[in-house]
Amino acid sequence: MLIALRQISKVYHMEEVDVPALQGVSTNIAAGEFVAIMGHSGSGKSTLLNLLGCLDRPDSGTYLLDGCEVDRLGSDALAAIRNRKIGFVFQNFNLLPRTTALENVELPLYYGPKISSAERHDRARTLLIRLGLKDRLGHHPGQLSGGQQQRVAIARALVNQPPLILADEPTGNLDSRSADDIMALFQELNREGITIVMVTHEPDIARFAKRVIQMKDGKIV
Amino acid sequence: MTGIITLKIAMRALIRNKARSLLTALGIIIGIAAVIAVVAVGQGASVTMQKQINSMGNNLLIIFPGSQKAGGFHGGAGTQQTLTAEDGEAILKECPLVRAMTPLVRSGAQCIYRENDWATSVQGVDVSYQEVRGWDVASGSFFTDSDVRSASRVCVIGKTVAEQLFQGEDPVNQTIRIKNMPFRVMGVMTSKGSAAWGQDQDDTIIAPYTTVRRVLQNSAFNNVSQLMLSLISMDILPQAKEEISQILRQRHRLNASTDNDFTLTDMTEVTQMITQVSSLMTMLLTVIASISLVVGGIGIMNIMLVAVSERTREIGLRLAIGARRRDILMQFLAEAVALSGAGGLIGIALGISTANIIARINHWPVMVSPGAVLIALTFSAGVGIFFGFYPAWRAARLNPIESLRRE
Repeated sequence: MLIALRQISKVYHMEEVDVPALQGVSTNIAAGEFVAIMGHSGSGKSTLLNLLGCLDRPDSGTYLLDGCEVDRLGSDALAAIRNRKIGFVFQNFNLLPRTTALENVELPLYYGPKISSAERHDRARTLLIRLGLKDRLGHHPGQLSGGQQQRVAIARALVNQPPLILADEPTGNLDSRSADDIMALFQELNREGITIVMVTHEPDIARFAKRVIQMKDGKIV
Repeated sequence: MTGIITLKIAMRALIRNKARSLLTALGIIIGIAAVIAVVAVGQGASVTMQKQINSMGNNLLIIFPGSQKAGGFHGGAGTQQTLTAEDGEAILKECPLVRAMTPLVRSGAQCIYRENDWATSVQGVDVSYQEVRGWDVASGSFFTDSDVRSASRVCVIGKTVAEQLFQGEDPVNQTIRIKNMPFRVMGVMTSKGSAAWGQDQDDTIIAPYTTVRRVLQNSAFNNVSQLMLSLISMDILPQAKEEISQILRQRHRLNASTDNDFTLTDMTEVTQMITQVSSLMTMLLTVIASISLVVGGIGIMNIMLVAVSERTREIGLRLAIGARRRDILMQFLAEAVALSGAGGLIGIALGISTANIIARINHWPVMVSPGAVLIALTFSAGVGIFFGFYPAWRAARLNPIESLRRE
């Protein structure tokens, strides 16, 4: 089991009002799955994704990622897990402006084990070429289309060869053709054994996943 | 991330905002440049002064006759005519701290060579004058002991006198007239330049003191205007002064209740004054430098705070892809240090060139000391760390989830 969640609860404190975001969520995601988490805004799906991504900690419950009890780890250890086990893909791409595609993809390698700059370039270039961006290595995000930017972001997520990719509305800013392309790419990566967990509110996009988790009011339904 | 990579990334971030980085660093640049330039000029001046003082002579100690005192009335220094060449010889013999001694008698005189004439001073000295003042002949030779003993009418002339009287001709072995008496020129001294107070040291004629006294002053007395001594070292100055005083008091038969009838003068007072002036300058500069560095540092802090809030999303992303809080802290700290360090380097370069321009225009010597450069660089980097820390700490404390959501 790659991901095992047991009775995860999370409450946000907002101006004297407690907003429960997750109320005792338990679920398992096996290695090699392609899961879409669906639900309305406020259903807790983003909170769940943040917890899965080790960006946040649950108030109670346990979270096992790849056999490791991550809710007990310190912030440096969590950073290392984010670096090596998880690749993030965002709705707004989050590429560094005025920085080339190649440099954007290299970014996670600076925070991992030390490697030579030649190897860093090599790995980033190989991935970008594989994702069809051979002619765009030196382009800045501003010079790329939305679909191309998301490909660069996916290359960045893959550069440390993580077992898990977490995607938050990856097609939210894309036209339908580019969206289909990105989903096809996800399916291809999934076939190669990478586990993908994706948050979306579009049923058309959720269709591409193998399994759909529906959320409502902080619970899985 | 290693330090070099961090610094490289920081430099790249600064280059992306060229104009802003330059304007931010300007405070540091101007502060450092001003300090380097003024220190260079100040040190150049101080070294020149020191050189001029040293040109007075080697570990020089001068004895003047004391002031005359009669019925409560003080005459000026030198009014008492008690000092003799024999006093000097006794000091040389009895005090091992004295290396060389020459008596000195002065006389002003009109000198004539053919149709040229020149009014200058004539110094009557002993042969050891060369050693006491550290002054050699450039051409010809100095007069000898036997010239002194026999009060020969010979002399050695300074460079200015040689130029004025001979105008290019070789003065050696020519005869000039001093107060209408013929003197044979034996040599020309090397140039010593001007003294600390601006007097031209080369505008002089040097002759045996015996000759000057007998022929020029027409004096039957034995007294001299001063005794110039060269000590073996300046470190033993107080001890030497004490011993010389004892010897002179004994020779002049002064009892315990009588004041000295002579005055000992050395160059330490002048040196002290110069040191005082230069240390005051240094203090003033340190204050100015500190103010400009603080102002520059606040500028850096301000712009780094702006950078942190502009790049909140970048910080969130970096945290998401595995940066530790320490990495974020170091990244922004490195940018602040790179900014102030580069400002320091540019400031040093600017300061050195400004100093050189000042030197070129005013013909002042400048001395850029490596110490000042090193201190400037250390301080500018220190300013970066000090004022960059707060913005960097704020960046490192950001919540990644909220940062990523920021538009």
